[in-house]
Parts: sequence; structure tokens; C-alpha cells
Amino acid sequence: MPPRVEILVDGQRVLVHEGTPLVVALFDAGVRGYRTSVSGEPRAPICGMGICFECRVTVDGTSQRRSCLLPCVAGMIVETAAGGRDREG
Amino acid sequence: MRDNGDAPSAAMECDVAVVGGGPAGIAAATRAAEHGARVIVLDQGLAPGGQIWRHHDPRHLPRAARRWMERCERSGARWLSEAAVVDGATERGLAVVRRDAAFRVYPRAVVIATGARELFLPFPGWTLPNVMGMGGAQALIKGGADVSGRRVVVAGSGPLVLPVAAAMARGGATLVAVAEQAPLRSVAGFATALWAHPSKLAQAAHYRGAFARRSYHCGTWVLRADGDGRVQQVTLTDGRGRRRVEACDLLCCSFGLVPNTELATLLGCTVVDGTVRTDSVQRTSVPNVFCAGEPTGVGGEQAALVEGEIAGLAASGHEDAARAVSLQRARDDWKRFSTRLASAFHPREELLTLADGDTIVCRCEDVRYHRLNAAWSVRQAKMYTRIGMGPCQGAVCGAACQVLFGWERGTVRPPLGAPRVEAWMETSAQERPSSATA
Repeated sequence: MPPRVEILVDGQRVLVHEGTPLVVALFDAGVRGYRTSVSGEPRAPICGMGICFECRVTVDGTSQRRSCLLPCVAGMIVETAAGGRDREG
Repeated sequence: MRDNGDAPSAAMECDVAVVGGGPAGIAAATRAAEHGARVIVLDQGLAPGGQIWRHHDPRHLPRAARRWMERCERSGARWLSEAAVVDGATERGLAVVRRDAAFRVYPRAVVIATGARELFLPFPGWTLPNVMGMGGAQALIKGGADVSGRRVVVAGSGPLVLPVAAAMARGGATLVAVAEQAPLRSVAGFATALWAHPSKLAQAAHYRGAFARRSYHCGTWVLRADGDGRVQQVTLTDGRGRRRVEACDLLCCSFGLVPNTELATLLGCTVVDGTVRTDSVQRTSVPNVFCAGEPTGVGGEQAALVEGEIAGLAASGHEDAARAVSLQRARDDWKRFSTRLASAFHPREELLTLADGDTIVCRCEDVRYHRLNAAWSVRQAKMYTRIGMGPCQGAVCGAACQVLFGWERGTVRPPLGAPRVEAWMETSAQERPSSATA
């Protein structure tokens, strides 16, 4: 297995194997609302493969990144809707 | 297989570009490269294998998958992970966005191996967090997610029900219920037909064995999911007045697979009834464009492999080899399997009336069921409600509306997959003035 690295999810440290799909790290970290929908609902992924766009989060300051298509790297800073930061652009 | 595309230049030429890195793409790339073609695989995934061979530890892969992946690596095909094809035309090449870079690939031939996605049908509560597709849940587990201690309901349809339930059980989840919407007689008929495909039968028995102590209910489907900010309970029915309410933390629910035909459509290939039309060597209606695997009709891994082999051979100019009787016969056999699959797990009528007025149909634009009118055309529906106009471009609700209202799929426009605007503009800026492709 690849080494464990630390990422920040809504300010909390999360240890995860390097290269793990970010969506998996967020699932294991217990994130429920990855993004907030246009009418204000919390949403989480349904497809896990880049189709549904429900797993969008802000990564290193860039919003609307699909977490299922991003590998975890050390020091990644992730903000989810649950953290109250991300809003639909 | 290692991603061996370190720094793509702004324009790359090759003999064969394979789009998609699942079994079909791997087989196509391997056969073409083994015959000396310069092959580039463009795969959106983080690692080779597509959905079915997705893994976080190669030891979890079936031997056949490992063998194909090793063979592909030896073949010399160049593999680009995280590479999304966002636009293309035979004379203008393929526009690719990869991480933060954008570039163009000019192939002499293209093999479309874009796989399939899940069919989701809206029901009350399906937008709650922790309601996901069966394949979606499987993708998380294959990606290394920890499901131990979670109470899980698997309620959907098709060949994914068993492997997903098995993966949950193996991962330490508590399986609260496992339900297949198709009636027992369809499933039993399908299982009987599997005798013609012993490998599939063995696979089914293996998966079933993994959660032997949990019953698998046919003719049972989800009515609604409820919870505060996430799914907490699921209501199931057997259609005979019996309802079961189960507490759970995760609901895996989807109703089969839908071929991903967006790229084929964009390239101008003839698509009929949601599947890409191909001839005996997997050639589409567009010269030098081939298609293999689920986009030609959902048939699973074995069908994808053999179609990929045929497509790879034909795309690299070895049409005689592509016409080999053994390959052609294997492909036709698996095609018959796919027809049986589709009829056995056809979604029942009751699933079309699960949504209530308040149920969201389009998750990107939050368009609720009561705002839609079955008599509209797709164009009207888009104009009046913005349905299907969000980032997923109707990938989820488009297929659902086709089942619910009989709407045709909307038009496909570039860019595919909502890339970042800067990257999309860069691919356009790099476009060559003269035509470079065959």
C-alpha cells in the first residue's frame, strides 16, 4: 500500500493512503454533504465515477472539483458543504 | 499498469487513440499495440481498469484482469490516466483535458470504449446523502472505503446486486436487506440461461455465497428513503401490500446500466436505441472510428474484452485478424447474453411512478417532478425548467426521463464533462488550421 499522507478536510486532519480517490477519503471521514444543491440541499455522490457531479468540493481553493476524479496528495486542503464554506457557483 | 504519460505535448499524433480504460479499452489498446501501432489510451480514471477492474490493491483483481493489464503494459501502449476527452471530430482530433493541462491528440483511428453508467430512477428521498448507486457504492469499496459497521440496504436491479451485496458483506457491513426488483421468474430464467456461460454462473454463486445468511428478495423494490440530512430508513415493498421499513446508513440503488454514447454521438456515429451501431469489426458509421464494449449494448466484461480485441485489430489495420472466426463467434455469443440480460432485468412499471410531485428529478438544477410535463419534448422541458442543463448534462436525469416519459436523449454539445473553462479554451486555441487526421 502507498504511504499514508495527511489532508485537511474542513480544517480537520485526515490520514489517508496517498492516491486514494478523494471521494473515498471524504466518505471514510464521515462527510455527508459534499456540496449544497441550488435549492440548498446537502448532496453526496451517487455514481463514484465522474458522471453525477454530486461529489463536488473545493480543493486547494478551486471550487467544483469532482472528488471522485482526484487522487489524495499530501497537504491537500478540502472544503465541503458540511464545512459551511462551499456554495453552488 | 503505470501511467506512462508524464508530459503530453500540446499535440500528440498516434495511430490509434483508445478512449476509456476498462476491459474493452485495454483489449483494444493491447491488440493494436502488439501489432506495432502507436497507441494512446485516454482514460478519465485515476488508474487503469475502468469500473469493473477498479482496485486499490492489485491482489484483489481477478487473474484474468491482472493478465490483461500486464499484457497491455508490455504491449507498449501509452497510458494517460485522468485524461478526459472533452471534444473531438475526426478531422480535428480529440481535445483532452488532463489535470490542469489541455492538449490535442491526432489519431488515425479512434476506438470508443467509454463504458456505461448506472440507470437511476427518482423516488422520494433519493437525493439524501448516503443514497447511492450500486456501482457507486462498489466504486467506493474498490477505492478502499471502509463500510464496516454500516447498515446497508442493496435494492436495485441487474447483475450488480449480488457483487455489491457480497462486497458489503466482505467489508464488514451489516446487510439489512438485499432486493431485486425483477420478479423471481425473470431472475430464475436468467440464471438458467447462465448454464451457457459457466464462468458467469460460478461468479454468481461465489457472490451469493458471500452473504449466504441474508435472504435475497426478488420482486422487491424501494418505495422511499427518509432521514434528516442523510438516509436513515428505507421503505421496501413486494407490490402485494407488504411493506418493510428498515433502518440503514447506506442505500445502494440503481436499475441497470446505460451505455455512455456521448463521445460517439459527438463524433457523428449512428446511435440507435441508445447503442452505437457497429459492423462485424466494430466499425461505426464514421470512417476510422470504432466502438467496443458497453456503448454497443450492455454485455459485461467478457463481451467488452472480445469487442475490444476486434476493434483494436481493425483500428490498427489488421482487419483479417479481426475477422477471425474465434473472435467473431465469441463476440456473437456474448451479444446474445446481453440481450437476455436486458430482458430479465427490465424495470417494472411500478418504478415509473415512485416519484411524488416534490421529488427532484434533475439533481443539478433541482427540477422537481411536478414541474415536468410528459407531453413536452426534451427541448421544451429544458427551456421551461433547465432540466438536464447542469454540469452532468443530463447524464443522470436524461436516462431517467427516457424511461419515465419516453423522452429522447437531448443533443450532445461540446465540451463533454464540464471541464474548467480555461482548459477548454486552451484545447480550442491549439486546434490546427489544417486537417491532420485520416
